[in-house]
Amino acid sequence: MADTKIVVDCSTGEVQELELTAEEVAQRVADAQAYAAAKAQEEEEAVAKAEAKQAVLDRLGLSAEEAALLLG
Amino acid sequence: MATYVEIASVTVGSGGSAYVEFTSIPNTYTDLLVKFSARSARTNDAGGSDGKLEFNGVTTGYSSRMLLQQGGAYSGTSSTLFYFVNSNNSTSNTFGNMEVYIPNYAGSGYKSVSIDAVDENNASSAYGVLTAGLWSNTAAITSLRLTDNNGGYMQYTTAYLYGIKKD
Repeated sequence: MADTKIVVDCSTGEVQELELTAEEVAQRVADAQAYAAAKAQEEEEAVAKAEAKQAVLDRLGLSAEEAALLLG
Repeated sequence: MATYVEIASVTVGSGGSAYVEFTSIPNTYTDLLVKFSARSARTNDAGGSDGKLEFNGVTTGYSSRMLLQQGGAYSGTSSTLFYFVNSNNSTSNTFGNMEVYIPNYAGSGYKSVSIDAVDENNASSAYGVLTAGLWSNTAAITSLRLTDNNGGYMQYTTAYLYGIKKD
């Protein structure tokens, strides 16, 4: 993981490569954890939705292709 | 007819970078445009690496509505100004493309932001996202930061900042 940042001063054109501060490193860890949690929840919801859809198809005795055909 | 002027540009070197930031942005233009070509060092999702755009070093006051595509299309909201670029286990030597447009960046109202980003992956997993964003802050934008939320941006990632002036 890159521990540096690039800062471009638009008034002078100077480009600096600097070390991240401790706060920035901590924020990055927190952001990655938050994204991972959101992604896990999203995947959980997708699985639940797929299972619910399959349960309806099973109750109706239809395959996914037949349902798609009916729904146009 | 509007004039586009390159304010500054940068290319990430061999060490990579967690983020790229433009500071001391002059207030003499009408709008800002960013052209960003990026690859993240992330390797656990070939579909792309998410990032966020922030202004003036401020981490709050952001909101966005997104239209995303990855296999199928869906919409969502976020408390960040959200985008995707290529991750490092996507198609090799390939970088995501993004454009950011910020009208009236130096004005005294809230700042609207339009982001159009695509993760160029020659596979079934690839993100495209259109983000309609808002920074609920009346300060003029004087700095702009593009942060990768995962492994950081890799070498040859480029960012170009343009000022657009109404003639």
